[in-house]
Amino acid sequence: MAKQLYNQPSPLETRVVSKNFAIEGSETLDVYLANDGYKAFRKAREMTPEAIIDEVKTSALRGRGGAGFPTGLKWSFVPRTSPKPRVIVVNADESEPGTCKDRLLMEYDPHQMIEGILIAALAVDAHAGYIYIRGEYRYLIEVMDRAIDEAYAKGYLGKNVAGTGFEFDLYTHSGAGAYECGEETALLDSIEGKRGIPRMKPPFPAVAGAWALPTLLNNVETFSAIPAIIRDGGAAFAALGTPKNGGTRLVCISGHVNRPGVYELPLGYPMMKAINEVAGGIPGGKKLKAVVPGGSSCPILKADECDIPMDYDTLAKAGSMLGSGGMVVLDETTDMVRFALRIMKFYAHESCGWCIPCREGTTWLKKILQRFYEGQGRREDISMLGELSKNMLGRTFCALGDAAALPTISIVEKFTEDFEMYLARQEVMV
Amino acid sequence: MNFSPQLEERFAKMLTRYPEGRTRSAVVPMLIYAQDEVGAVTNELIEEVARRCKVTPLQVDEVVGYYSMLHRKPQGKFHVQVCTNISCLIVGGEELYEHAKKKLGVGHKETTADGQFSLEEVECMGACSWAPAVEINYDFHHHVTPEKLDQLIDGLRKAQ
Repeated sequence: MAKQLYNQPSPLETRVVSKNFAIEGSETLDVYLANDGYKAFRKAREMTPEAIIDEVKTSALRGRGGAGFPTGLKWSFVPRTSPKPRVIVVNADESEPGTCKDRLLMEYDPHQMIEGILIAALAVDAHAGYIYIRGEYRYLIEVMDRAIDEAYAKGYLGKNVAGTGFEFDLYTHSGAGAYECGEETALLDSIEGKRGIPRMKPPFPAVAGAWALPTLLNNVETFSAIPAIIRDGGAAFAALGTPKNGGTRLVCISGHVNRPGVYELPLGYPMMKAINEVAGGIPGGKKLKAVVPGGSSCPILKADECDIPMDYDTLAKAGSMLGSGGMVVLDETTDMVRFALRIMKFYAHESCGWCIPCREGTTWLKKILQRFYEGQGRREDISMLGELSKNMLGRTFCALGDAAALPTISIVEKFTEDFEMYLARQEVMV
Repeated sequence: MNFSPQLEERFAKMLTRYPEGRTRSAVVPMLIYAQDEVGAVTNELIEEVARRCKVTPLQVDEVVGYYSMLHRKPQGKFHVQVCTNISCLIVGGEELYEHAKKKLGVGHKETTADGQFSLEEVECMGACSWAPAVEINYDFHHHVTPEKLDQLIDGLRKAQ
């Protein structure tokens, strides 16, 4: 019997990071080694650190956690000759609403990520790494612990990695439920045993990260893409995508589609094709209303704005973001007031309370949206939602404030008629 | 305070993995693993984690209130977590949560009188493409309908 995956793969996918997912036993080191495993590490071991970083730069890989920062450039900021030891931190705190891809990368191909971490370690001469996994993903902590144990037992971690004399130790670290800890500096405070509060930048984590050591920090998917980049060359990876948007990424399609699932698509893939062909279109012949392109923090796109290629730059031009790859498809029946309220309930719950514009802003926005949803809305609330949100923009240490404000602004501006409908219904009731 | 041999082994390793003098880093993972065994973050547990990680009890206490999975009071033997965040919301997550409230006769963060089940409306847990999702303790359940939730709960009840 074929391996049961979370969703049926699509023939339209381009499999790079997910190429081993469907193979029986893909989570084991033997299967990984039989499928190109550690070819890239051995190759990287023969390269200079500068050449590794150049290859990653050539690949045009951009951070898959949400910010989309060029990975090679980020690596180049880590001072590899610093007298302080360098550390690697993996952000596996996947919690951006709409996103469920890092789960699969760890569950189906943990050794691919480990190899990516080892290559990053060569590039910055680091000898210890920590995988920060959200507490709700306990089963994945177990998967990673098993993979790490197996790698140690077979000589792919520890004092003599793959017989090359390179030394590296890798550990998992459990979170305990906090969206904010997906923000890289809050994650660093959390890994130090504190509340996850964002830090002022600079200094950036590359210079003073975990325990004030130079820290190379990337998302699970970013590390998982590294073996293919080194093995087949940065140029080959870059060529899969569009200029400055290299490679493929896992797109998590959820919501009103016939075949929701996680699919690996090249950067620049047409959004409407992803919805209609990869994910099988909208059920019941209903019309598309809107798309959240990359997790709940992204400004929402109206149906007529969705005929675009999915790359970081096009999405930015469209006033939104590619984010974390969490694409939520909404059909014409979706109540945008309810949707906006649920988004704000989330951010109000997750605001760490450090910055007042975020802590107070999310609370008040939630209150206003709640009363609107309960039929107590006032006409002036519509403009107040927008104004309050705009007052939060850029006034907080981390991106959570903006993440709460941006979708709200876009929903209020693009779907004012949904709010008007609530007011009209209230008038009828009176 | 003593834990099971497996947990003691885990904690012994945990305290060696961070850089020299940085045992405070073990506070959060130690709390969550210990909580699973003890049932809640008790005062005694706070003191114990503080002692092991070489920090003050206050430094442990202050993180307990921050992380949503850490709790001072015991939960049910089966902690039913229903996601109602956006991807779940639009495919019936909120209705599923309402159904769970009725089925268990408890509300958000409440426990049934027999101590078997507790309920929590949770934020996104990374199952968006297979929504609506429920996590019972650490087990994920995908594409959950009210009927499927009833079966899950009844099955756990019967297994008692």
